[in-house]
Amino acid sequence: MSNPLIKLENVTFKYPDSEIKENNFAVNNVSLEINKGEFVAILGHNGSGKSTTAKLINMILTAESGKIFVDGKDITDENMTEDDIFEVRKKIGMVFQNPDNQIVATVVEEDVAFGPENLGLDPKEIRKRVDEALELVNMKEYARHAPHKLSGGQKQRIAIAGTIAMKPQCIIFDESTAMLDPMGRKDVMNTIKRLNKVEGIAIVLITHYMNEAVQADKVIVMKNGSVYLEGTPNQVFSQPQKLWNAGLEVPQSIELIDKLNKELGFDIPLKVYALDECTEIIKNKLMKE
Amino acid sequence: MEASFGVYYEKDSVIHKLDPRAKLLFMIVFLVSIFVAKDIFSYLLLILITISSILLSRVPFTLVLKGLKPIFVIVIFTTILNLFWTKGETVLVSLNVIPNFWTLTIYKESLIRAGVLALRIIVLMACTSLYFSYTTTPIELTDGIETGLAPLKKIKVPVHEFAMMMTIALRFIPTLIDETTKIMNAQKARGADFSNGGLVKRAKALIPIIIPLFVSAFRRADELATAMECRCYRGGNGRTRMKVLKMKARDYIFLLITILMIAGVVLLNIYAKGYKI
Repeated sequence: MSNPLIKLENVTFKYPDSEIKENNFAVNNVSLEINKGEFVAILGHNGSGKSTTAKLINMILTAESGKIFVDGKDITDENMTEDDIFEVRKKIGMVFQNPDNQIVATVVEEDVAFGPENLGLDPKEIRKRVDEALELVNMKEYARHAPHKLSGGQKQRIAIAGTIAMKPQCIIFDESTAMLDPMGRKDVMNTIKRLNKVEGIAIVLITHYMNEAVQADKVIVMKNGSVYLEGTPNQVFSQPQKLWNAGLEVPQSIELIDKLNKELGFDIPLKVYALDECTEIIKNKLMKE
Repeated sequence: MEASFGVYYEKDSVIHKLDPRAKLLFMIVFLVSIFVAKDIFSYLLLILITISSILLSRVPFTLVLKGLKPIFVIVIFTTILNLFWTKGETVLVSLNVIPNFWTLTIYKESLIRAGVLALRIIVLMACTSLYFSYTTTPIELTDGIETGLAPLKKIKVPVHEFAMMMTIALRFIPTLIDETTKIMNAQKARGADFSNGGLVKRAKALIPIIIPLFVSAFRRADELATAMECRCYRGGNGRTRMKVLKMKARDYIFLLITILMIAGVVLLNIYAKGYKI
């Protein structure tokens, strides 16, 4: 991969109406890279600047200083025109937290068509994209339904379909699973993984849930507007103390192993284990004792 | 809780399949025809068109009648008003209700006028509800308005924006109704009382519902606007549609009928003067 899809260089942002306190930056000197087809999870407690970072990438907000590149183009350039912004948003899709507040039309397929319609595509091409997108999120049979009658997870998958239909290179999920029940969350996570693995769309998953972040290629932990930890899930989650410092939790399996290591003197390496794997290791260890 | 617009009656009829723009045009012409009509044959023609439309649409007559319920009071009121308070020449009934003080007189002309007026209202309402709500979905209607009124864009009428607003309103009505129920329950749980007390007290009790509802609606609007921008929305310019409305043979036939209808009414107006009512 030659150059990254998204690149942030020392980006700083402050909300205009934030406290008078000096240096109260929502995003403070953040540098990060997201490659094509990569699955990146961004973790952080409330107010750590993760959502703000996402909005900066999509030009909903404008950075105060620093540079942001999307597909090689500097979007912090002062000479950005309306059309340039349009191009950026075409490449980077975004799915938000509340599914109700991002569905525009009264029929599912009309809503999925909203994005492609804005791109000014040919009606036939729109039809094709809508059908494909609904197929991808497994909502084909709901094409003619009214969105308000669907469950939270289904609505969120419609919102995802609406973004996929625009064929972006990257989709940012801004706590998109936060308002869903466990079933809905599972559905949406499966959809996200499929998009990444099968369609090769880069994913930026902003989340509170550790077990979602574990599935990513790369994890970025933010604290007070800065990047605090960065690495593969194994690298990040093997430092539970640091995660606790950032106001986060640790995946349950890691927390358990950490406790066993400390209290019983075990020496199980701190890694992200699947449930069965974790059980097996602990069982073996206990048998030996 | 969606009686307000859940009145679309699903059937696969000719009337259902008509282009919404053709329906819009028909309704405008129909409205004009009703006011132009002056003789018995014109009225018969309009009634015939209404009844055959209902038959063709395969919407049950009872449903159309049910839809007329809300205007029932208006019809009765105007009929009574016309019956007793207008004067004519031929006396039909003369009743001395209070001797030497008040005589109730009903004239033949008033009776006819009242009947015609009631008929006008009923036919107009039946046709409007049939064409606009029973056989047309709200989306088709907004699409029809947007494309049908597109020429007005040239004189800077914000047609697209208006249609978009209608779509979003329709989309959010059920959401906001749900929200209202939630807020009401929350306030009831805090001891609010919405069903007792006088008018003023009840109106005041609504304030703790309306304010949270507005705050939430504004927040939703803000989030929706951001989401729309993220999906590359920038107004109607350069925007295409997935479903393009196309006039088919049946739409042209329908428009021909529409033209024949108004022509018939105008001609009858001129040549059937003797049958004026």
